[in-house]
Amino acid sequence: MVEPVIHTEKLTKRFRNFTAVDEISFSVSAGEIFGFLGANGAGKTTAMKMLTGLLSPTSGSATVAGFDIYRQTEAIKRNIGYMSQRFSLYDDLTARENIRFFGGIYGLDKATIRDKCDQMLNSLDLFREGDTRLSALPLGWKQKLAFSVALLHEPKLVFLDEPTGGVDPVTRRRFWDLIYQAAANGVTVFVTTHYMDEAEYCDRVSIMVDGKIAALDTPEELKRSFGTATMNELFIRLARPAKRSGQ
Amino acid sequence: MTPAVTTEGLSKRFGKVEALREITFSVPEAELFGLIGADGAGKTTLFRILATLLLPDNGKSSLLGLDTVASYREIRTRIGYMPGRFSLYQDLSVEENLDFFATVFGTTVKENHELIREIYDQLEPFRKRRAGQLSGGMKQKLALCCALVHRPELLLLDEPTTGVDAVSRQEFWQMLGRLKQQGITILVSTPYMDEASLCDRVAFMQDGRIMAINTPSGITRLFTKPLFAVRARDKHRLINELRAFRHAASAYAFGNSVHYTDLRNAPEPQELAAWLMSRGFDDVEVQRIEPGIEDTFMALTESSRPQQESSDG
Repeated sequence: MVEPVIHTEKLTKRFRNFTAVDEISFSVSAGEIFGFLGANGAGKTTAMKMLTGLLSPTSGSATVAGFDIYRQTEAIKRNIGYMSQRFSLYDDLTARENIRFFGGIYGLDKATIRDKCDQMLNSLDLFREGDTRLSALPLGWKQKLAFSVALLHEPKLVFLDEPTGGVDPVTRRRFWDLIYQAAANGVTVFVTTHYMDEAEYCDRVSIMVDGKIAALDTPEELKRSFGTATMNELFIRLARPAKRSGQ
Repeated sequence: MTPAVTTEGLSKRFGKVEALREITFSVPEAELFGLIGADGAGKTTLFRILATLLLPDNGKSSLLGLDTVASYREIRTRIGYMPGRFSLYQDLSVEENLDFFATVFGTTVKENHELIREIYDQLEPFRKRRAGQLSGGMKQKLALCCALVHRPELLLLDEPTTGVDAVSRQEFWQMLGRLKQQGITILVSTPYMDEASLCDRVAFMQDGRIMAINTPSGITRLFTKPLFAVRARDKHRLINELRAFRHAASAYAFGNSVHYTDLRNAPEPQELAAWLMSRGFDDVEVQRIEPGIEDTFMALTESSRPQQESSDG
């Protein structure tokens, strides 16, 4: 049997008397696009921090890319890719400089970085802009570049935290072309979004409410079992009664 | 009646970037008017000029009949502005922020409590909490309260729902609807296309220009091609195969289907289905549908986009 890329059992994080993540258990298999949804304050960020090795759990267990999230956090960081809207690339550096910088951080040798750099700029149609500071490039290009950089060290698993915020609908869909492509190449994609149509593009979706996973299945099956026409309707139905939207 | 907002040929340039190019539009009193566009379209620059925080290079604008350059002082006391970036005091509590803004405008929270009551009731349990510790949705509600505390006649809201979850977004828009009923004119920008349908009228913006202004239903009439929703299990492959079809104009994922347009004027859905079957799909469904606001926005932006950005796909 193939081992899941992410597996958690009763994973819990408490901050003093507040339980941010409350015994969540789920598995994500290789090559899957897994949508991780939840209202603001539901516990998504805390859960992601534990899964990426940045925060130690209070109780429960989990493995990520085959590594234990208590004892092997450095190995996890080396073996995953991560991209978020808040932190991705350095605006004051050029595309090439960013690629070189992140390649260096992940310990790639110079020749590999050079090859990857050309390859990446070509496939993103950014070759002519390779020496332009990122601050001068459209957000959509930066997001595509950030995604490619997150895959630079060829991780088996990539975490995308609201990767498409703020861009126009065409650019958003081009970004999803890249996600599909990565998944087709066997990369597991763990993605959060506030765009409910994007939830439909995932293989499976989980919805967190008040620290717990309130629903987890394929978008089709979720809509069928809750009797809703869209993921938006389903999300609002599950998340509206949440007690701690203000946290 | 004087419109609440008018602009004429507003232009603004930052170095090489033309942030606004001859923006002309007007908004009548008590209208809920939406500016729809992505980051970089020019929405924030337009808001900052209207909020009297930035001078245009060319053109002019007026709010409530007052010129935004000559009468900036009076305008500031009569409008409420909510910038895109959270700009309340993170170290002050919910209550302290509200008191601060009320005092700055020479009023008290009590005096205008009825206007903000509904929103404030949701904030009440957290009134001692520092603003920096609130969730995204709650921060936006507090910011709206602060923008309303002096009972403005016009609200300028720059992307109030960006990064906010679907539930909070719905609640936020319900509040805007009620503020409008009280006669407040609202100019609001958003990158969420589904929110456009909640406005009285919308303007589509791209690259510093307004591409279209109309009611939500009027704007979808600009989409003239036949549009089809195509469904099959393997969506990724479906998109790729549709794009490879020799008559294909566009194919984009839309929720659980793919929206497809053809280069020809009267394509046959059966022909498309037959072709997809020949490509190995055994569960294809093709259905003619009416275009939505997002379809229209995408069609309009695609046709005016610089070549290098639309070369893939």
